[in-house]
Amino acid sequence: MSAGIDLDNVVCDFGSFRAVDHVNVSIQPGEFFSFLGPSGCGKTTILRMISGFIEPTGGVIRIGGKDVRGQRPNQRPTALIFQNLALFPLMPIWENIAFGLEVRGVNKATRRKRAEELLALVDLPGAADKMVSQLSGGQKQRVAIARALAVEPSVMLLDEPLSALDLKLRQHMRAELRAIQKRTGVTFIYITHDQGEALAMSDRVGVMSQGRLQQVSNPRDIYNNPVNGFVASFVGENNVLTGPVAAPTGGFAVMETPHGRFRARIADGVSGQGVKLFVRPEHMRFSDSPTAENSTPVTVTEVAFEGNFISVHAQSDSGMTFLSELRNDGSAPIPAVGTRLHVSFDPAVAAILPDASIARG
Amino acid sequence: MHKTRDLLGHVYMTAFLIYLLVPLLVMGGAAFNDSKLPTIVPWVGFTDRWFIDLWNDTRVWIAFRNTILVALGVVALAVPIGTAGAILINSISGRWRATLYGLMVAPILIPGVVIGISTLLFWNNFNVGAGLHLSVLGQVSYIASFVMLLVLARLQSFDAGLEEAALDLGASHSQVMRRILLPHLYPAIGAGAAIAFFQSIENFNVTLFTRGGQDTLTVYVFSKVRSGITPTINALALLLILFTLGLAIWWELTRRRKARIEAARAAEARRAEEAMA
Amino acid sequence: MHDMFKRYGTGLTTMILLVTAFWILILLILPNLTMFESSFRPYLPVTEVGGPRDVYSFANYGRILGAHTDLSVLGITFEVPVRVKVFILTIYYSAVVTLITFALAYPLAYYLAKIVSPKSLPTLFLLLFVPLWVSEILRSFAWFIILAFKGPLNVALMSLGIIDSEIRWIAGFSPVIIGLVYTYVLFMLFPLYNSMQSLDSNQIEAAEDLGSPWWRTHWRVILPHAKPGIASGAVMVFMLSAGSLLVPSLLGSTTSGWFTQTIQGVMLEEADWNTGAAFAFLLLIVCTLFVSLMMRVFGVRLSDIAK
Repeated sequence: MSAGIDLDNVVCDFGSFRAVDHVNVSIQPGEFFSFLGPSGCGKTTILRMISGFIEPTGGVIRIGGKDVRGQRPNQRPTALIFQNLALFPLMPIWENIAFGLEVRGVNKATRRKRAEELLALVDLPGAADKMVSQLSGGQKQRVAIARALAVEPSVMLLDEPLSALDLKLRQHMRAELRAIQKRTGVTFIYITHDQGEALAMSDRVGVMSQGRLQQVSNPRDIYNNPVNGFVASFVGENNVLTGPVAAPTGGFAVMETPHGRFRARIADGVSGQGVKLFVRPEHMRFSDSPTAENSTPVTVTEVAFEGNFISVHAQSDSGMTFLSELRNDGSAPIPAVGTRLHVSFDPAVAAILPDASIARG
Repeated sequence: MHKTRDLLGHVYMTAFLIYLLVPLLVMGGAAFNDSKLPTIVPWVGFTDRWFIDLWNDTRVWIAFRNTILVALGVVALAVPIGTAGAILINSISGRWRATLYGLMVAPILIPGVVIGISTLLFWNNFNVGAGLHLSVLGQVSYIASFVMLLVLARLQSFDAGLEEAALDLGASHSQVMRRILLPHLYPAIGAGAAIAFFQSIENFNVTLFTRGGQDTLTVYVFSKVRSGITPTINALALLLILFTLGLAIWWELTRRRKARIEAARAAEARRAEEAMA
Repeated sequence: MHDMFKRYGTGLTTMILLVTAFWILILLILPNLTMFESSFRPYLPVTEVGGPRDVYSFANYGRILGAHTDLSVLGITFEVPVRVKVFILTIYYSAVVTLITFALAYPLAYYLAKIVSPKSLPTLFLLLFVPLWVSEILRSFAWFIILAFKGPLNVALMSLGIIDSEIRWIAGFSPVIIGLVYTYVLFMLFPLYNSMQSLDSNQIEAAEDLGSPWWRTHWRVILPHAKPGIASGAVMVFMLSAGSLLVPSLLGSTTSGWFTQTIQGVMLEEADWNTGAAFAFLLLIVCTLFVSLMMRVFGVRLSDIAK
């Protein structure tokens, strides 16, 4: 019983501050969709508009095709998981889980039974009569999920629920959340500023900045084909080059930089003004002699062993520091500090991108 | 060097406790002395006649009944008023908040005499004469401030996210109030009710001006001390002290029990945390 | 306000607003305004209320200047109206009581906050709270017994050989001061304790480590930190003392008039409510001035005082 969500030109102003600026997106029933962006980008405002705590200033929000404007939070088929979980500290676990049923007038025996079922679903049997203060962080997380599921929502809204957990538990809970979503088939809308979380769990990711949706796509596409500089630099690391761009031919263009001429992909309609060239560290290659194109001489200045990869800083003669990540699988030799080398990259994996999309008039 | 300081501290603390408690013991002790005047010197002999006299004194019983009625009335009004005031203060901000807050705490600092007289004069305009009902209203006007401060302190530790979570799960506003907010406030409301009750019982200034011809226990004791004093007053005092002492001890024991339960729960959560890692 | 309607719904918010309005308007503001208004009107028989003689004047306030008596300050004797003298002495002795309670409570607050082991605190507080829960009238009554001419204090002092004959304790202002200090010292202790307890002990140790003698540590580190507590305690003790009617009535003598007793006399014996209102208003003004003075001197806000 999951539902899709349509945001249609949604705007939200707080006084003169525009928190959400003409957001359009269609989220499919049963989809795991993440809004990814830095704090203050408007993603939490979107979540609160969907759940009904904030009314949009403009535009339409539809849940399951139905316009929900004017409906209060307790009338909407959504369930919100709060950043701090907001478990009720004075109720035992089972009453927490069954609270949504209690306020709907379900009798006690049924409530108790349903709470036990949900506890089994989130892999926390036997905790029904405990108090919230008796649980560990991960256990509280599961209770919060069970409580939200109890009201059989069509849409689950999750507001950075993993941010309070330590790294190991966070990674464990990612898989857990994904599994619960697949098991229940409920639409999940997930808010996070952690790109790893968004990419690992989601079917699709919407990257936001300054109230605007910059790109909506699947995680691979977001990482490999960012549409603008903001998306490229918010998701993952980059080497960034600037300079005038010649007219594109066949989807590629050449950028003149103080560090050399570089060729990279360029999208239709992207012009020379305010554009930058982005290339990921893992696509940088070292060689003893210059390659045919996109190559510049460098001196290795720093080599850091990170475990699964080795990060190498190399400075060009013109003063630019290139970052490169080499896999720790012996496929490439690890250069030593002070070595003179040439760094290069394939034009197909680099992109010339415009700045972030900014507010229209 | 700190040894001298600590020793002085212990001595001073002990002396202070003696200073605080001995007068109460003297007063209680006099209740058992078979002397017409309330004193412990000279010790005439042990007696329980002052308790019997007290039992047979109908004026005391009437005063006692009046006191309890007024106190219950004050609790019934001051607790909801103080709670509403605290919720209001907690939900607004800016200049309005500061002004309202000032108005709400000011009654604590207004002399009881002033409260008594202003209440008497105000209701007299509407031909509401003096009597215990006015004592209730006068007392409520400042006792509600204590309740407000207690509830407000508790509200500040309340996570408003819990209200939103309950609304999101489909609860109505009144369900949120009944199931989420009020349960969180109950400890403060309970403490507020206790304070309101005891403040009312011991109130003298407001009651004196508003009571009409009616007696409450404090007014009765006051008139007794000024007219003809007998150790029945001491008997009454001793009973009141024992009653409050009993309540205070019960309160403290409950508090300690709750703290123990909380500590055990926290320890369990820690164990669960470690088991995960 | 809009947020509140959203948070609690229309029904509940309206109820909360109405209940608070009842408190603030009906129980507080309007009664005090009535008192203020009455204080300027003459005391008239019911039939003449609203008649030609019912006009505003300062006559009631003038009544404080009635009969005259002598007041000596620093050896110089003035002739002042008896009620003015009572008024001034009430303020003066309330201030004295405030100072004494501070002197008594300060070391104790420090002891409780920084010296005693935290384990024994709950028990100590329980003991300290006992007298607080005993009503004011019984606490003054206890001293009434102790200070009696043939009472325990005289007997004890004589049997110890400290005095040869009984001292008449119930005379002048001393018993009133003794009673007020005993009754209100805890209202000084608890605010002081609260403010000192929030002081980081490391600051005290740092001061000592830097070679500060104990009195300088108190003067420069602990006292400044305890300011809000001092203000709060001083306000509470002063107001309670100046407004007390029980203690001066029980422990006072003919030579120790308290202004609240003057008000009581006018209100209940002369039944002149209008003059009573005027005098009550004067008391209110003094208390308001004292609170503002304390807030100024100690640089604290009302919310720091009322805790």
